[in-house]
Amino acid sequence: MNWEGILGAAARAAVGRDAVVFCLAAIGLNMHFGYTGLLNFGQAGFMAIGAYGLAVAVNTIGLPMWIGLIVGLAAAVVLALLLGVPTLRLRADYLAIVTIAAAEILRLTFRSVALRDVTGGSSGLTQFARDFYTINPYSSGTYGLWLVRVDERVAWVLTVGWGLVILLSLMMYLLMHSPWGRVIKSIREDEDAARSLGKNVYFYKMQSLILGGVIGAIAGFITSISSQSVQPDTYSTPVTFFAYVILILGGTARIFGPIAGAMIFWALLSLTNSVLRAAVAPDGPLPGLLSGTQIGQVRFVLVGVSLMLLMIFRPQGIFGDRKELALDER
Amino acid sequence: MRRFLWLVLALACTVTFFGPAVAQAQEEEGAGEAVRGSIVQRPEEGEPEPVEGVEIRISTAAGEEIGVATSDAEGNYLLELPGPGDYVAELNQESLPEGVGLTNPDRATLEFTVASGQQRPLLFPLGEGAARGGRRLGAFLSLLVSGITFGFIIAMAAVGLSLIFGTTGLVNFAHGDLVTFGALVAWWINVRGGIHLVPATILAVIVGIVGGLALNAGLWRPLRHRGTGLIAQLVISIGLGLALRYIYLIVFGGRTAPYAQYAVQRGLELGLVRVAPKDLVTIALSIVVLVGVALVLQKTKIGKAMRAVSDNADLAASSGINVERVIQFVWGFGAGLAALGGVLFGLNQQVHWEMGSLLLLLMFAGVTLGGLGTAYGALVGSLVIGIFVQTSTMIIPPEMKEVGGLLVLILVLLVRPQGILGRAERVG
Repeated sequence: MNWEGILGAAARAAVGRDAVVFCLAAIGLNMHFGYTGLLNFGQAGFMAIGAYGLAVAVNTIGLPMWIGLIVGLAAAVVLALLLGVPTLRLRADYLAIVTIAAAEILRLTFRSVALRDVTGGSSGLTQFARDFYTINPYSSGTYGLWLVRVDERVAWVLTVGWGLVILLSLMMYLLMHSPWGRVIKSIREDEDAARSLGKNVYFYKMQSLILGGVIGAIAGFITSISSQSVQPDTYSTPVTFFAYVILILGGTARIFGPIAGAMIFWALLSLTNSVLRAAVAPDGPLPGLLSGTQIGQVRFVLVGVSLMLLMIFRPQGIFGDRKELALDER
Repeated sequence: MRRFLWLVLALACTVTFFGPAVAQAQEEEGAGEAVRGSIVQRPEEGEPEPVEGVEIRISTAAGEEIGVATSDAEGNYLLELPGPGDYVAELNQESLPEGVGLTNPDRATLEFTVASGQQRPLLFPLGEGAARGGRRLGAFLSLLVSGITFGFIIAMAAVGLSLIFGTTGLVNFAHGDLVTFGALVAWWINVRGGIHLVPATILAVIVGIVGGLALNAGLWRPLRHRGTGLIAQLVISIGLGLALRYIYLIVFGGRTAPYAQYAVQRGLELGLVRVAPKDLVTIALSIVVLVGVALVLQKTKIGKAMRAVSDNADLAASSGINVERVIQFVWGFGAGLAALGGVLFGLNQQVHWEMGSLLLLLMFAGVTLGGLGTAYGALVGSLVIGIFVQTSTMIIPPEMKEVGGLLVLILVLLVRPQGILGRAERVG
């Protein structure tokens, strides 16, 4: 086996685009699930609305890109309000059902033929992020260290992406050590106690939903900008489950949880992928057991099984604290 | 670790059971990838006629154009593709001759996936253009019939979902994949095994029951004994659903496949509507089964115990009911119904690896509408959702019909969170 190639692929995956995107999505989920105890299973919907807000504003309406970004963020706020009003007063399991349904509603709407002129139907929209690449400070060439080498466009996306991760993590740290953060965490621990101390629980939950949703929309920006395209099926429900696995793997209610989770998760997926490919190669131990497409699908099975095993055996993940888990309330 | 052995065993059975498909998928590899098909007009009366000169534009999923295929004198077209992947085909409706239109004008664009070496066939059904105004009542009635069929299919699956929630408190996000399981098992016995669909269905329901019992014994009961929280169990069911779904995809492939019998049927004329006999059979069978379910719940000892546990598990246990045994029964019962629902759904719309998970959200909508945790509520709610989803296509485009169903779910939670038949209790 070509270990240098395999390790190189894993290292690239650990800092690559997917890791950045899912790290951002997981930071948003950490706000919802980790700190506030909101079971949001529609993070893919927030990512989609951010990406589509940007793409539709630039491509369909013809606004400049920076206004498109504001449109995407505003759309995420509106979505959070629309979701929160009917559901934040309900039990956690209802919130899970409604958020998952909302994400599906968005995906089906974006891909509908009726909205083809606005959202591009199932093939989506492309070429709306030129402004992002024209301000690219890197001149053309390859950048990186040792096994990880990328061209100037990817380098620019990754710089901005990881920069945002650091910025948002810092923001989360400051927020969670502020009086506001303590109220949020007290809602997770005991909603009634927070309420009896005169805190408007509903209002705080709504703020948390909006904040986490906006971070989800930022994850959607990076996804769509890096490929210069939006497609509805990029934002299907498994995306949310990936983000959950990353969050739980790294540790919920931890600032570094999403970062560690995303890097480890994508490195592991890349490793299993390479090992499987080597195993089913003509000279491998299990030649021809799975085709190339099927290996790509095994990834989803692994994610599902790891979600189960993590929840059963180590719900606090690698760095988390079991006491800080909102898992026992109903 | 021994208690998880059951689950591993069940998973292993699934994999060996579907094993032959992997070999099958590889036999098809070889020649270059292409897309082909024939453009044939099928008028309601008379012989089918090929249509020449129809343009079909093929592009990649990312929007890059590959080429335009034009149908020849026999109506056939073929275009070679650069490789396996996702593509989009668009039929240029302006290239169709006068008086010929797509049976469903919204299906002018098709997305498809081409596997390595596959010559992917595509179908653009042509007829005499869109339905005219005078037929609206007939169209509504046939949508109503298909809505009732769909509603019963949802109900069949949702009764189990609701009962499992009622007795254990688990919101089972893997329930849709139990539906798919039934449909796939029946497909395997029916198409690969060459056994007629009726005995295949019975076998599939039995396998479904065994699967449900194994899941409870191997996964959920140990988790309950460990004291795993309900939210954790919910997340676990999501992981299980995801894993099951992609195991189905790996072994069954991304295609849609019909059963060997009853796939295409000539509709029966009943007054204004034309109904396929299989839909009537589905409706009749559903009524029989669901009345049976109601009788079991109402009259038998185990049924009463199920309702008692659903009402209040602690009280039921203290009055001498063996709660674990009831839950075990509910799992077998619910999974069997889900499997049957899956076969009927497959009969209605063909078998697909994702069919159940697409149904799941509508099941939730039905169950929430009816009242979470009540068996009868699940039934009524699912029927309403099924009819609503199908008849709404009179007004909204067909690909948006699920959106309507899901919006109903959100509206119900706003207005009457306990559902139609649920008791008013605090749900938040």
